[in-house]
Amino acid sequence: MDSATSELPARTPLADAAETGLKIVIVGGFGVGKTTLVRSVSEIRPLNTEEVMTQAGIGVDETAGLTTKTTTTVAFDFGRISLNDRMVLYLFGAPGQERFWFLWDRLFSGTLGAVVLVDTRRMSESWYAIDRLEHHRTPFVVAVNRFDDDVSAFSLAEIRQALSLPDHVPLIDCDARVRSSGKSVLINLVDHLYELAMAREMTP
Amino acid sequence: MTPRRPVDTGDPDRLYTVTGGRSRVDDDSFDLVTLIVSECEPTAGMQSEHVRILELCRHPTAVVEVSAELRLPVTVVRILLGDLLATGRITARHPRAARSAELPDSALLKEVLLGLRNL
Ligand SMILES: Nc1nc2c(ncn2[C@@H]2O[C@H](COP(=O)(O)OP(=O)(O)O)[C@@H](O)[C@H]2O)c(=O)[nH]1
Ligand SMILES: [Mg+2]
Repeated sequence: MDSATSELPARTPLADAAETGLKIVIVGGFGVGKTTLVRSVSEIRPLNTEEVMTQAGIGVDETAGLTTKTTTTVAFDFGRISLNDRMVLYLFGAPGQERFWFLWDRLFSGTLGAVVLVDTRRMSESWYAIDRLEHHRTPFVVAVNRFDDDVSAFSLAEIRQALSLPDHVPLIDCDARVRSSGKSVLINLVDHLYELAMAREMTP
Repeated sequence: MTPRRPVDTGDPDRLYTVTGGRSRVDDDSFDLVTLIVSECEPTAGMQSEHVRILELCRHPTAVVEVSAELRLPVTVVRILLGDLLATGRITARHPRAARSAELPDSALLKEVLLGLRNL
């Protein structure tokens, strides 16, 4: 059965040889399908946790304890894919709204790349995430999660224009509920990252 | 998915107790996907969170998984892991690229692609 079912196992142990953790971040507005996408490709039921940090995110007062009002909490969820015995890929679903970006800078440094998940009924919610990723030079792809009740049926070309997305950024359709579709989004991203790496390595 | 217990807002005192009042750790020490491995069994009298970590990490376990399993914020888990690392009770397998601004090389990405295609 291809579509994601709820029958994923709870957390299972990794192979004892596992040594390299890798990260990909899925970002998008509330309800766009981040958790659904993580679940459809993850080998474990998505887990969630949270980070507590100061609003500013940096320059924390050494004397300020966790109990002070200056701290704030951001929840995020994640899934996992064992790529082989040594390498394990973690997929993080994170809110893309402006007020959460201090979390990104701290937690998600060192990600391979990002997937911006877009709902065509609320495209403006993706603008900030795209700007921020470009600014940070984090490579990304944009995946349009097509909902059944989306009657607008914008073409990818129209969406690219609405998002002011440069030609070099891959833009694809997906159904976050379907495992093969989620898998193809990830392959698309890593293919893109591979092309970028090859181009960089060819340049003397 | 079970809804999260708001440990941070619900019971700040607990966090304070768990970490012995510390709120800061060298943030560069543990990435979210650093894999933790226990190097010993828990012993009597150990703080319960330390016991849980040593049990969990009999197999490699990412920092973020430890955080989810213990239902403690990542910041707090980093502090607890720091204790265990300092006393040699755990080892940490750090991600290759996490701390550098460098983008991953093509050889690594090729392995990732292969792994994804084989799913
Ligand atoms: N029809 C449809 N529903 C979806 C799709 N993706 C997600 N959903 C539903 O939309 C709701 C929000 O999805 P969720 O993954 O929790 O969004 P998140 O807030 O981005 O994590 C859930 O009830 C999903 O079942 C999709 O592609 N099509
Ligand atoms: Mg979600």
